[in-house]
Amino acid sequence: MKGESLLSVSGLGAGYGKIQVLRDVSLEVAEGEFTAIVGANGAGKTTLLTCLMGLLRPTAGSATFRGRSLFDLSAHRRVELGIGYIPEGRRVFAELSVEENLRVTATRRPRGAAAGEREVLERIYGHFPRLAERRNQAAGSLSGGEQQMLAFGRALALEPSVLIADEISLGLAPIVVDRLFELLGELHRAGTTIILAEQNARLALEAAQTAYVLEAGRVILRGPARELGADPKVVDAYLQHL
Amino acid sequence: MSYLLVVGVTIAIYAVLTVALNMVVGYVGQPNLAQSAFLGLGAYFAAVLSTRYHLGFWWTIPVAFGVAGIAGFALGAISLRLREDFLAITTIGLNFVMVAVFQYLPFFGGAVGIYSIPVPSIGEHHFGNLDYLILAAAMLALVVGVSKYLERSWLGASLFAIRDDESAAASVGIPVASYKVVAFTLSAAFAGMVGSLYAPFLSAVTPTSFGFTESVVILSMLIFGGLGTVRGALLGALVLGALPEAFRFISNFRLLTYGVILLLMLRFQPQGLAGEASAVSRLVGRLASPLRKSRDHGPA
Repeated sequence: MKGESLLSVSGLGAGYGKIQVLRDVSLEVAEGEFTAIVGANGAGKTTLLTCLMGLLRPTAGSATFRGRSLFDLSAHRRVELGIGYIPEGRRVFAELSVEENLRVTATRRPRGAAAGEREVLERIYGHFPRLAERRNQAAGSLSGGEQQMLAFGRALALEPSVLIADEISLGLAPIVVDRLFELLGELHRAGTTIILAEQNARLALEAAQTAYVLEAGRVILRGPARELGADPKVVDAYLQHL
Repeated sequence: MSYLLVVGVTIAIYAVLTVALNMVVGYVGQPNLAQSAFLGLGAYFAAVLSTRYHLGFWWTIPVAFGVAGIAGFALGAISLRLREDFLAITTIGLNFVMVAVFQYLPFFGGAVGIYSIPVPSIGEHHFGNLDYLILAAAMLALVVGVSKYLERSWLGASLFAIRDDESAAASVGIPVASYKVVAFTLSAAFAGMVGSLYAPFLSAVTPTSFGFTESVVILSMLIFGGLGTVRGALLGALVLGALPEAFRFISNFRLLTYGVILLLMLRFQPQGLAGEASAVSRLVGRLASPLRKSRDHGPA
């Protein structure tokens, strides 16, 4: 299951102003691995992912991605390395249409990408027929579930080899959540590395291979996801209320 | 006739400035209250070069474009380090800096400014007001063409994405910093370009013609007409440019009138008269295609 280490984070610290959120977080992600980061609201999951994406500057620590130092690169350079990101709260470009959201992203794919833009868009519409129906509608006018599909599709428009997904189940109908997790599974089987932060721990631990439990900005547990999810002591102590 | 031509040239110059300003304020959503400083840079360089160094008028156009573009590039680079509110204040300050530079650097002719700027000519034919109008219209066509091209291109879509959500834009690979700088550079360069026409049209430039007040006037035109659209920028320049000519009392209380209009617009119609999703453009849209489903922007 474990391949070469793809992403390696050590001693990561981060925060906002004087508020320290993450302390000494270390993380190893192998090529093709599905990693879940679980923990309560405020544990630092989103902060960790925004640091990985380059939207927040860490105060301590280092990270290498395919042997390159990650924290020196701005966000759009990390995209060029093949990292796709689904932000917490969807954050679609509200004033652009669904198709414009996807196209503006598809233009950022690395040069020499195999599939043409049209092909990439059709693939996304295949995953989410709902988006195809609404392709000319302003993204801001979509429902929450549709916006989440668009945020997901937008990340896929980059054809990423690594997908960072932040709280994609939040506030959505179960049927939509099922569809999104099904798609995560498909992508994973097709070789995409996935890093998923999720408050719904049960869901995440079922889908992932490896899991990290964050509490108050620290990694307090790490291990195979199914074992963590099945261990009654772990469930009682850390996951019961999540 | 000649009076109308003069009004026409003035409105066309304002239109160039407003459409150019829209690239920064409308497309990328960055505050910019320094547009007249870039106009002044272009006008001053054109004036100095044509009076003192006898550079031909047609050569002053690319120089003014370039010099103002470089200044815009610098402002764009500075903007990356500032939050929006501080950026607004910085751009206000830039007006005063430019006025001071024009006033105190001997190169720019000091407090009296530069007079007797030569009238441009084509061969033996010296420019009249009609020629100024034609050239101003050509410059307007150029800046409108570039704006329209931007709107339709992926670069334009990227600028709108930055305006919508800067970090989301960065996270899908849009180089936010470079694109902001591109917008500032283009916007300033076009303002400088029209300055090269403005200088000989006025035949004299003085430091205070390019102050903060003028920047407010240009921004008012844009907000009045509608941020984010070329038609809004054009409408704003046309209406607010013509008003003081049509009603004498407005020209006596020009700033007061513009200030009141600005406040009323921001309170009641922040999209401007003809901006995206403004009352007028929705109405026109409904009249034009009654069967088209209305494109609502609120979250469902």
